[in-house]
Amino acid sequence: MAKKIMNRREMPLGSVIKDPGCSVQYETGGWRNLKPVHDAEKCTNCLMCWIYCPDSCIRVKDGKVVGIDLKYCKGCGICSEECPVKGKAITMIEDKK
Amino acid sequence: MPRIAALTGNNAASEAMRQINPDVVAAYPITPQTEAVEEFAEFVANGLVKTQYVPVESEHSSMSACIGASAAGSRTMTATSSAGFALMWEMLPIAAGLRTPVIMYVANRAFSAPLNIHCSHDDTMGGRDTGWIQIYSENAQEMYDNLIQAVRIGEDPSIRLPVMVSMDGFITTHSVERVDLLDDETVRKFVGEFKMANSLLDVDNPVTIGACALQDYYTEHKRQHSEALLNSTAKILEVAEEYARISGRKYGLFESYKLEDAEYGLVIINSAAGVAKMVVNELRAKDLKVGLLKPRIYRPFPGTQIKDALKHLKAIAVMDRVDAFGSGSTPTFTEIRSAMYGLPNQPLMINYVYGLGGRDIRLEDISKVFHKLVDVAKTGKVDKVFDYLTVRE
Repeated sequence: MAKKIMNRREMPLGSVIKDPGCSVQYETGGWRNLKPVHDAEKCTNCLMCWIYCPDSCIRVKDGKVVGIDLKYCKGCGICSEECPVKGKAITMIEDKK
Repeated sequence: MPRIAALTGNNAASEAMRQINPDVVAAYPITPQTEAVEEFAEFVANGLVKTQYVPVESEHSSMSACIGASAAGSRTMTATSSAGFALMWEMLPIAAGLRTPVIMYVANRAFSAPLNIHCSHDDTMGGRDTGWIQIYSENAQEMYDNLIQAVRIGEDPSIRLPVMVSMDGFITTHSVERVDLLDDETVRKFVGEFKMANSLLDVDNPVTIGACALQDYYTEHKRQHSEALLNSTAKILEVAEEYARISGRKYGLFESYKLEDAEYGLVIINSAAGVAKMVVNELRAKDLKVGLLKPRIYRPFPGTQIKDALKHLKAIAVMDRVDAFGSGSTPTFTEIRSAMYGLPNQPLMINYVYGLGGRDIRLEDISKVFHKLVDVAKTGKVDKVFDYLTVRE
């Protein structure tokens, strides 16, 4: 969430947001019920999960999946659903917070 | 050079649009569109304006395109009527909420069913709470003058709101009248250049427009919008003052006709006010102290000023060309009665629906209303607050 909450006089007209990219301040990870768990052993690094993740939460380095950004992952499960590996390289488990 | 021309209301609107020379006009080109847009398309084709003309596939799209163009910093105009107005409904509060000063000409026409293409105020009265500034025009001259002023009002940095300017469908849009026109240069100077703060095309200062605001911010946005609308009155009068200097025609928030010493008053909008003024003159000749108030700026509604103009009357009739179904009154009656509430000697008030679907309002109809007011004042009793005028019961 934004650091300081503005009153109506401080806000720009027409619900304009003047600092683009400020959605990084909104950590949507709190929405999650299920958590994706990545198994590097099974993973073929086909990057289907990276393509399909609607929140760009699949972290990739040098063409390899290196983890999942849980700060923003909403737990939708698309990555696991799309994972073509038999037995799934990403599985969804209950996210106990 | 200023000119005098014989124009229909539609001609007057398209002529104003030509002189304003907007950056973008996005409009649905066929029925229920008015001739004004057809004429404007010719101006574009003939190179008389620099406007980017976008003939879209529906009014929902036309308003959407207008919002985008305006957010990008373009001076944007459109036009519609009745069912077209209804189809752009979803986008109307968005234009207002995003504070995009789109200027729209509306020919007031009835909603179906039954199918009717003639005048009622269904469209704009229905849209009165969508957050736009609303201006009503009695005749072609007022439409021309109001449309030019609307640009300055809507685009003012302290207001930044869309403005709809309307006149009566067919009755005014299709009647030829004498219209005094300003010369192009004067209009261009008057409207000036539109400079949009936080425009989408200002690449050095990128902004996000149309993001979501939930429980934490939505209320503040609405409050900000409400304040801007309510506070726009002073600026509207300032623009009117400036317009009077270039045109010799002065406009207020409403027109007050022989009200100062009147005992009985009529409140009526748009073209019917012309007929009613004639009746006022006739009855005045018979020593009946009658007067008329014709609202011009409807949003923001100048309740306090209207109250001051009407408070000395014995009885008032408010007539609307629309029924607020199920309310047992009409939109303008509700506004005015609310404004009058709390006065120590509150005038007696009655309310009529008239002229639906273009039905003629005749001199004798208005005269009957004034005589009803005399009765009401004499007896001190209102037997029926809300009624239809000229209906076969």
